[in-house]
Amino acid sequence: MEDVVLLDFWPSTFAMRVKIALAEKGIKYACKQEDLFNKSPLLLEMNPIHKKIPVLIHNGKPISESLIIVQYIDEVWNHQSTLLPSDPYQRSQALFWADYIDKKIYGGIGKRIWMGKEDQEEAKEELMQHLKTIEGELGDKLYFGGEKIGYVDVALVPITSWFYTYETCGNFSIEAGCPKLVAWAKRCKENESVSKTLPDSLDIYGYVVQLKKRLGLQ
Amino acid sequence: MAEELVLLDFWLSAFGMRVRIALAEKGIKYEYKEEDLRNKSALLLQMNPVHKKTPVLIHNGKPVCESLIQVQYIDEVWHHKSPLLPSDPYQRAIARFWADFVDKKIFELGTKTWQTKGEEQETAKKGFIESLKLLEGELGDKPYFGGENLGYVDVVLVPFYSWFYAYEKCGNFSIEAECPKLIAWAKRCMQMESVSKSLPDQEKVYGFVLHLKKMYGIE
Repeated sequence: MEDVVLLDFWPSTFAMRVKIALAEKGIKYACKQEDLFNKSPLLLEMNPIHKKIPVLIHNGKPISESLIIVQYIDEVWNHQSTLLPSDPYQRSQALFWADYIDKKIYGGIGKRIWMGKEDQEEAKEELMQHLKTIEGELGDKLYFGGEKIGYVDVALVPITSWFYTYETCGNFSIEAGCPKLVAWAKRCKENESVSKTLPDSLDIYGYVVQLKKRLGLQ
Repeated sequence: MAEELVLLDFWLSAFGMRVRIALAEKGIKYEYKEEDLRNKSALLLQMNPVHKKTPVLIHNGKPVCESLIQVQYIDEVWHHKSPLLPSDPYQRAIARFWADFVDKKIFELGTKTWQTKGEEQETAKKGFIESLKLLEGELGDKPYFGGENLGYVDVVLVPFYSWFYAYEKCGNFSIEAECPKLIAWAKRCMQMESVSKSLPDQEKVYGFVLHLKKMYGIE
């Protein structure tokens, strides 16, 4: 019998990727919440190198790094809802855009916006530029994966739960600059795997307000 | 139809070297085009408009960018010879993890050993050696990260060996003294033609680094 455990932290967009993939495949798993200010011995044992979540533990063996975990899930549970294309060239393009998303959109740009310091304006501009680029890649497709959710959709959609926080802290509208992308996010949420995984935008905002207090940032 | 393969590259680039090694391991013929990174070709800008970086692999006119993605692509398309990634999904996830670790730690910290001075440099050297020691731990007693043969992690890491001499001279430290097993592994890799013919001479790399330091006004 499969034993699947996910070491999680509910606001983490990286962990959300894994949860969406698991839901797409209909995989049952135990979800353990980590306190990142007080990491469990299990987390430190299962990810000694980076000491970060998410960590997927499959039959006792750990896999770390969200995109690597999603690829692993896709390969092991390949009977249902394939996320990566089967054609090697199409696959390389999907991997490229997920890597772009990791480097440019998930790589700390959001923090510069919600921290609200001198580099906030620059961060807002950069974010909109990158979102516009990825919007261009979506084009007229329903999803990045085509007719249904694929690897790039899974890689990107979690950050949309943080858009309200960025917009409120940064006083701007992401929808105004990227209407197609916001429409795509809404379309993704029509899928249960996404709607049941993504936390409420207001809950994320509440979390950030608490975090800023804790960090002494007003 | 004959395969048409072009690699846009820069001789010093550890990322480009990964692709050269993978192509050599598979015995694939391709056209190598050297880019001048201060004067990028129209072809490069057309084939990698998003990052405008090398290496770019152009297969039958279609570009693949990012070295780890290129190596995986090569491994999948030419899967009949010298497989680089393991066939088992868990082993594959482990290989990808360590390749990602190399990307996150080795390049950035190594670059800091020659680009910075004083305390920043000391911190970078320490972090760099720590990271190499973790890789040594992963290698264990295996001849290669891939086991009995060169594998994905070997291809991803060994290009940086051509930069070690430059790091050591600029940072005034010995990598071999701290990580003898890793240096032994690197020398073992260099006995493979696919590696030795893909890596530039260490002295040439150091010479170029000195030239870059002058250009950037770094001591």
